[in-house]
Amino acid sequence: MGEAAVEFRGVSKRYGTGYVFEELALTIPRARIVCIIGPSGCGKTTLLKLINRLIEPEAGEILVEGRPIGRQNPVELRRNIGYVIQQIGLFPHMTIEDNITVVPRLKGESRKRLDHRVDELLSLIGLAPDQFRKRYPHELSGGQQQRIGVARALAANPSIILMDEPFSALDPISRVQLQKELIKLNEQVKKTIVFVTHDIDEALKIADRIVLLKDGKLVQDDAPEDLLKRPANAFVREFLGTERFAANFEI
Amino acid sequence: MDQFWNTLQADWPLIIDKTLEHLYLSAVSVLIACLVAIPAGVLLTRFKRLANGVITVVSVIQTIPSLALFGFMIPLVGIGAKPAIIALTLYALLPIVQNTFVGISEVNPALTEAGVGMGMTRWQVLRMVQLPIARSVIMAGVRLVTVQTISMATIATYIAAGGLGDIITRGITMINTITIFEGAVPVSLLVILVNLLLLALNRALTPKGLRGQRKING
Repeated sequence: MGEAAVEFRGVSKRYGTGYVFEELALTIPRARIVCIIGPSGCGKTTLLKLINRLIEPEAGEILVEGRPIGRQNPVELRRNIGYVIQQIGLFPHMTIEDNITVVPRLKGESRKRLDHRVDELLSLIGLAPDQFRKRYPHELSGGQQQRIGVARALAANPSIILMDEPFSALDPISRVQLQKELIKLNEQVKKTIVFVTHDIDEALKIADRIVLLKDGKLVQDDAPEDLLKRPANAFVREFLGTERFAANFEI
Repeated sequence: MDQFWNTLQADWPLIIDKTLEHLYLSAVSVLIACLVAIPAGVLLTRFKRLANGVITVVSVIQTIPSLALFGFMIPLVGIGAKPAIIALTLYALLPIVQNTFVGISEVNPALTEAGVGMGMTRWQVLRMVQLPIARSVIMAGVRLVTVQTISMATIATYIAAGGLGDIITRGITMINTITIFEGAVPVSLLVILVNLLLLALNRALTPKGLRGQRKING
């Protein structure tokens, strides 16, 4: 207790006949960026959606902040967990301001009292509030839209934020930019960020901890440098890219 | 020409009267149709397996010739405005049900999932995400139905429901082209005016973020 933001205890989930997860145990530490990574079909998005109950497990228990989520109201639970999805998660018919304040408004806060919060969040992600609050998502670049997505997840001040390949649709330059910003941002806001990606470079760059999955099994759960220093098996080595190890040995 | 003006002058109060009657028949029918068909269309998106069946049944109504449908109403509810409104409403259901169903089904699932994932209830997803995005598709259905209903209400005269059809049939009986015009022109004007009004309304209601920008939602 205390340390873990999210804890999976013996979680099993199956689709049709095959298991996605069988007896999965995993602890996600607080206030860190944790990357969930693996080849496609390894269950990383499923794992993320189990945390906010978009998907229910067949067996086992998931604890968020030490409390089992199975007994919580899913709507309440989700309002207390930030959620950023790949590509266009912004609502096209709402202004930036309305998009950012969705969750606080769902929680019953009045729009007027959120003005200040919008300014604060837009400044935090480096967009001028006066220039952006009244605009619509399609008027923004992909990178800007994804920044708004992050701001929206922060709006209700959750302690945990789930991100599902948020930067995968961006061009390489904005992607690198946003990765840097995310690291800096989390030094300020200190949230637990569970970040799903299929891009190992992205994971190595931003993660405090990397959880590597294969076919629903946890292969390795380590800090990025430990992953490079002590890959658990041949699969990890191959997934990270064998050339990376050659380079390391030369140093 | 003189004859035209004289007839028009004499019939003026009648034309106004019948136009109002016509408008009443059409407006009430479209309104009831909306109240039934929009929720029905929404409901069908929740029970997709029913959708095909229900839409087929509703489209069968459209295959009944309108004159006959008005006739069928007589043994059921008699004559007058009530059976006319029922018949017109039945005709109006399909386009609205269909457009509501299609409009909401076409909302990008990623957006509805984003809504659910952020803690919206199903009702909130519908109200805050699906309906606003689907609204212009639904409105297109309503507009189509309005035009159709105003033209079709002309036939309601055969079951004594009144409306501009009264003037037209009188003109036909008397073989008087001017009288036929006096009934037909207001029908056309009503169609054009109401159509423009609904177009403007839809434009005013559509948030700037969606105007000419369907790409982003799907």
